[in-house]
Amino acid sequence: MAVHAQAKLDAPKLRADFPILEQEIHGKPLAYLDSAVSAQKPRQVLDAIRTFYETSYGNVHRGVYTLSERATEGYEGARQKVATFVNAPQSREIVFTRNATESINLVAYAWGLSTLGPGDLVVVTELEHHSNFVPWQYVAKRTGAGFRAIRLTDAGELDLDCLDEISADGEVKVVAANYVSNALGTVNQVERLATWAHEQGAVMVVDAAQAAPHRRVDVQALGCDFLAFSAHKMCGPTSVGALWGRHELLAKMEPFNLGGHMIRAVNLDETTWGDVPAKFEAGTQPIAEAVGFGAAVDYLEEVGLEAIEQHEHELVAYALERMADVPGITMYGPAPERRAGIVSFNLDGIHPHDVSQVLDYDGVAIRAGHHCCQPLMQRLGVAATNRASFYLYTIPEEIDRLVEGLHKARKVFG
Amino acid sequence: MAEPPSGTLEPMNEFEQMYREVILDHYRNPRGHGAMDDPDAEAEGMNPLCGDEVTIFVSLAEDGETIDDVKFSGRGCAISQAATSMLTEMVKGRSATEVATLPKEELLEEIGIPLTPIRLKCALLGLGVLKVALHRAKGTPLPEEWAGLDDEFQVR
Repeated sequence: MAVHAQAKLDAPKLRADFPILEQEIHGKPLAYLDSAVSAQKPRQVLDAIRTFYETSYGNVHRGVYTLSERATEGYEGARQKVATFVNAPQSREIVFTRNATESINLVAYAWGLSTLGPGDLVVVTELEHHSNFVPWQYVAKRTGAGFRAIRLTDAGELDLDCLDEISADGEVKVVAANYVSNALGTVNQVERLATWAHEQGAVMVVDAAQAAPHRRVDVQALGCDFLAFSAHKMCGPTSVGALWGRHELLAKMEPFNLGGHMIRAVNLDETTWGDVPAKFEAGTQPIAEAVGFGAAVDYLEEVGLEAIEQHEHELVAYALERMADVPGITMYGPAPERRAGIVSFNLDGIHPHDVSQVLDYDGVAIRAGHHCCQPLMQRLGVAATNRASFYLYTIPEEIDRLVEGLHKARKVFG
Repeated sequence: MAEPPSGTLEPMNEFEQMYREVILDHYRNPRGHGAMDDPDAEAEGMNPLCGDEVTIFVSLAEDGETIDDVKFSGRGCAISQAATSMLTEMVKGRSATEVATLPKEELLEEIGIPLTPIRLKCALLGLGVLKVALHRAKGTPLPEEWAGLDDEFQVR
């Protein structure tokens, strides 16, 4: 990847690309501070999908007619863009899926079920989203493998001191961890975990759903074996995501979904599988969505991943500083240097539902709940937290409005 | 969009409607909050959306049918706490059979605020748990929407 000086991101200008941000909620301009759950979509992506449907749509890898070829070109072109985006050595190592959850399930089922067994260990972390926790817990139970979670420090970071303790318990076969925590914003040391996993002879699975939209992700630099992410969190459409996997692993794996397109030959007594990635793409794929995914990659590259990361770093530092002054606030997660644009907090004695309801009436959208991280909530000793998350279109004024809303919530419920 | 109510200098906005004084009063001073040592009926439940939990305790009068007292404990948002608090007042003195078939609309009318589908779940958590408690203790029927939840109640 060429290193080049990148212009600072101009969020007020980028906002003009997002039609949804032009509206008012309860008479106030919308301040969308929930991009960690899903990002808004710029015109460039919406236009790409519409243009594709209007000019190039057909099913892919099917017909010999021009439209089908055009559609195939759009779909495979998107695969190439997504591959380049994460610095995959080969574009065939990108499998299109429905989302990061399906990507992880694909690995858990197609790799895990036929590889794991009694005496083996499946290692996750206490910081995982349910999507990178539940599938592993399930296949561990199904195969008789042990299941361990790397614990968290009080600062909300992975406690890597417990690794030796874990590996003493059995043969570690897979380590699954997120790159950036959706609940706390912690940026995890996945390179270090990948090194440890390989020392144990295990594969490293990275959930990059919360990283890929916000910072440069390079599968070769991370040293992982599988990496999962979703288009919808990175300004792309819903219903499409990607799994990157090392070709030698993907080639050896069992299929996941079975049906059309994933086969080499079907006979009455036997079916053989197609090559990677076709083996994992049964049935009609989210074709236009994949094209939109490619357009989202183009958009993020145009803005610049380094600029996005820097912008969010400034926002999170500003938010942590401003929010620290709110009486009765508890902040979760690490220092701004080691976190992405996510701020998780609670107001003493005020339920997150009520906080977010108060904010909604001021047009400020934040998340309240367990963020699909119940093991983490148990570790923090809370039922739920509030979470504000930022993206390339977030401006400091929206954080000011968040802070005003928190003072208001205290007034109403205090 | 509906016209705001007229006739006052400052019409109640949606926010003030939702967190009207009676809701805040029940939230700040919940009636029947606490545990019960030897309840005649008891159940717990949760809202899987937010992880909120509530436990309800019921004591019955000597006739074994009339609800003498109801208490609740747990954690929840203002809507769920206020709704459960109002519920304890509503059902005291009524028969278990009557409460088992109490339409949720009656509670929602008492709460008296517009609720989105998500907040509706908050408001109905306590009612569901109460019905499960009576079902367990007295065998009263569970409403169809909560069928099969008598072991582990969740609003849905």
